[in-house]
Amino acid sequence: MADIVLRVSGVNKRFGGLQALSDVGIEITRGEIYGLIGPNGAGKTTFFNVITGLYSPDSGAFELDGKPYSPTEVHRVAQAGIARTFQNIRLFPDMTALENVMVGRHVRTHATALGAILRTRRTIEEERGIKARSLELLEYVGIRKYADFQARTLSYGDQRRLEIARALATEPKLLALDEPAAGMNATEKIALRGLLEAISRDRITILLIEHDVKLVMGLCDRVTVLDYGKMIAVGAPAEVQSNAAVIEAYLGGGHKAVATKAA
Amino acid sequence: MGSLLPRLSQSRSAVWIATALIGIVLILLPFAFGMLGNAWVRALAFACLYVMLALGLNIVVGFAGLLDLGYIAFYAVGAYMYALLASPHLTSTFPWIAQMFPNGLHNSIWLVIPLGAGLAALFGIVLGAPVLKLRGDYLAIVTLGFGEIIRIFLNNLNAPVNITNGPQGITLIDPISFGNVSLAKTQHFLGITFPSVHLYYYLFLVLTLITIVICVRLQDSRLGRAWMAIREDEIAAKAMGINVRNVKLLAFSLGATFGGVSGAMFSAFQGFVSPESFTLNESIIVLAMVVLGGLGHIPGVVLGAVLLAIFPEVLRHTVTPVQTFLFGHVVIDAEVLRMMLYGLAMVLIMLYRPKGLWPAPEHGVNPSSRAAPRGA
Amino acid sequence: MDTFIQQILNGLVLGSMYSLIALGYTMVYGILNLINFAHGDVLTVGALTALSTILLLQTLFPGLPGWFLICAGLLAAIPVCVVLSLVIERVAYRPLRNAPRLAPLITAIGVSIVIQTVAMLVWGRNYLTFPQLLPTSPIEFGGATVTVTKLLVIALSALVMIGLMLLVNRTKLGRAMRATAENPRVAGLMGVNPNFVIAATFAIGASLAALAGVMLAATYGVAHFYMGFLPGLKAFTAAVLGGIGNIPGAMLGGLLLGLIEALGAGYIGQLTGGVLGSHYQDVFAFLILVMVLIFRPSGLLGERVADRA
Repeated sequence: MADIVLRVSGVNKRFGGLQALSDVGIEITRGEIYGLIGPNGAGKTTFFNVITGLYSPDSGAFELDGKPYSPTEVHRVAQAGIARTFQNIRLFPDMTALENVMVGRHVRTHATALGAILRTRRTIEEERGIKARSLELLEYVGIRKYADFQARTLSYGDQRRLEIARALATEPKLLALDEPAAGMNATEKIALRGLLEAISRDRITILLIEHDVKLVMGLCDRVTVLDYGKMIAVGAPAEVQSNAAVIEAYLGGGHKAVATKAA
Repeated sequence: MGSLLPRLSQSRSAVWIATALIGIVLILLPFAFGMLGNAWVRALAFACLYVMLALGLNIVVGFAGLLDLGYIAFYAVGAYMYALLASPHLTSTFPWIAQMFPNGLHNSIWLVIPLGAGLAALFGIVLGAPVLKLRGDYLAIVTLGFGEIIRIFLNNLNAPVNITNGPQGITLIDPISFGNVSLAKTQHFLGITFPSVHLYYYLFLVLTLITIVICVRLQDSRLGRAWMAIREDEIAAKAMGINVRNVKLLAFSLGATFGGVSGAMFSAFQGFVSPESFTLNESIIVLAMVVLGGLGHIPGVVLGAVLLAIFPEVLRHTVTPVQTFLFGHVVIDAEVLRMMLYGLAMVLIMLYRPKGLWPAPEHGVNPSSRAAPRGA
Repeated sequence: MDTFIQQILNGLVLGSMYSLIALGYTMVYGILNLINFAHGDVLTVGALTALSTILLLQTLFPGLPGWFLICAGLLAAIPVCVVLSLVIERVAYRPLRNAPRLAPLITAIGVSIVIQTVAMLVWGRNYLTFPQLLPTSPIEFGGATVTVTKLLVIALSALVMIGLMLLVNRTKLGRAMRATAENPRVAGLMGVNPNFVIAATFAIGASLAALAGVMLAATYGVAHFYMGFLPGLKAFTAAVLGGIGNIPGAMLGGLLLGLIEALGAGYIGQLTGGVLGSHYQDVFAFLILVMVLIFRPSGLLGERVADRA
């Protein structure tokens, strides 16, 4: 029996007159890199927001690591073990890169206000540990030299890496990345792919929303394709790529002949 | 964050010498000012209380980014708590209390400080809990409302049961004393005469220094980072597992404790409290201190508090004689002028120097060779 | 103790004034997402300007009829308030349109303080008597008594609010205002000058505040430099109650708040068995504010807005 990290089923979400998600589900095996793709407006980010607790679904069952969880409070989802990045990068702009990652350590550490005020030995040691681990993570994603730079002064690509480092700091069971390659040039994308593969090798499961087809095909073990809030295909990238419904969703009807020829 | 310290600690002996020098200046200050008049030393003592208030509000507004316009309510809570526990009011109003405490109600400072802190923290939680999910503007108005509600209650809880003695306030409040040493009397130490106001100044100075240390330690801690994260991007903070609600509540109640303790000290110092001392104007003055000094930056906030606390004294000594000289009488009352200038200062600072007079120095380096990043 | 009808009438009088003031808050918030903290002080200046004008005319031309004096007072107050509020917008709010939310709120507080202190200097600290210019003989009305002044307040407010609704819904300016409130940039692309629309919004709000100020002073017979603070705060509560940014909401909220306050003040003694007296009536408004913001922040008529990630 496969080791399933995330099992979600039957998610429905309506916004007024729009059915954003209809009976969407996903099953991610530990160590996989799983892709969530689909045309703009298909509901990918909405689904992300639902499983991480930012939106409350109209229905759905959610299980992380075999334990059911209710995605009602965002911070509890993070505590349970899903860490995410955002489509529009949400760093803490005036804090340094190092401080950003140190905030990521918050959820796995325990120092209290009293400990801070009294400077207990436990607190001091924990602080040291937080700083050390955060520097390690910055090194891991390749931006160690910007540790003391304000987050908003980093280049776009480096900001994305920082967001990933911060998410990793929470020791997640599932790393959920929302369009991590958006806005990157080809070189940056190659580097990102290397990073994601390294993360996967370190046994962290990744769920990723991405538009760059080449990246998804090369990186993901399996994908789910969404269109208008419904799942239209699930499987390995190669199968999904030649799926007629998928081609139609991306390119519109009438392109079938051209697409199959290219594939 | 901790910006000043790393540079200084490069030379440890420099730090010790600077600290010692500052310490000596602070100790001698009341004697110097005392030559100008007792009012100046009182101003110094009040300056210490204001620094504590400003630092407390700084935790709420500067660290956590929550605009509290009713902060003075915590000051009031501390002040009235001490007043009730250390004055003849309760014993003279309620015979059953007089029976329980035949020698009158008096309380030692060692009990009063933690009690004031605790009570204020409790109020902080009670007032904060319902409103913390509110957005900036709304939070400001609601906290303003709370501040006013507390003042109205203090003003009116004299009937049917006289708890606060209404607008007349509570008088004959005990001064602070350490054992037999009462701060209300002149004391002699090592051949030097210390008038009462000097003694209070030293006590408040110690409390202020403790406050500063606590704030610095909180700032550079896991909690301090959580506050800053919430201030910068609440949703991202939640996504990183921070229980935003509880962390905000902590900011509110920790900030409140400083208000409560300084309120109790105020009560003892003045010997008298009335609702008049806890108006919206006072909340705004403390806010002005934090904003003018440098929101979120501890040295800035201290500077702002000291400047604005001493300023009325300066005004009184310059504006009044100048006007009398020029016009034969006072055209603009110093108090009125003070408030007007505070208001103007708030506007000007926001327009031209929004980070305050002494803002936190920029974190890290702005690498000029990098292309300006999109996003974030 | 007043009868029920009496309380209702009092509530309507109070509520009408709150509505007028609340409209100023709600319109500015709808367009700028800003609480114009200084709005209550504009009201103060309006009332005091009217008072000075009336006193001046009375000294220069004794024997002028009361209604003439009141109109003169109003005609003097409105332009002063409009200019004042335009200056405030230009100097304190416009430069900070893109600043973090804390900044304009702090400047607003600063402006409010400056206006209060200047008013204190010009008109003194004391409570000034606003003369009774309209006939004061009480009119019997189904068990309650009203004065001409109170009836005028209700009638005039209703007229003005109808006028405002017509302006907002039927005129070009009104369309422009609604468009700018929804999306300033797109409105700009359609040829609407946002600065002009914003200025017009402030001007209308200020006129309403001036009117409300004169009404307050005439109804209670008193004016002083701090008189706008509490009504301003309560009117803001009314605007939130009705749904901030929503014009009919402000009207509804104002009337409701006035009624609740009048009824509450009348009956609180009975309800609490004499423990709390009517001087707690100010607390009602605050409590309502807190309740609404916690349980239904979009107000009675407002839309629910969700958080977007």
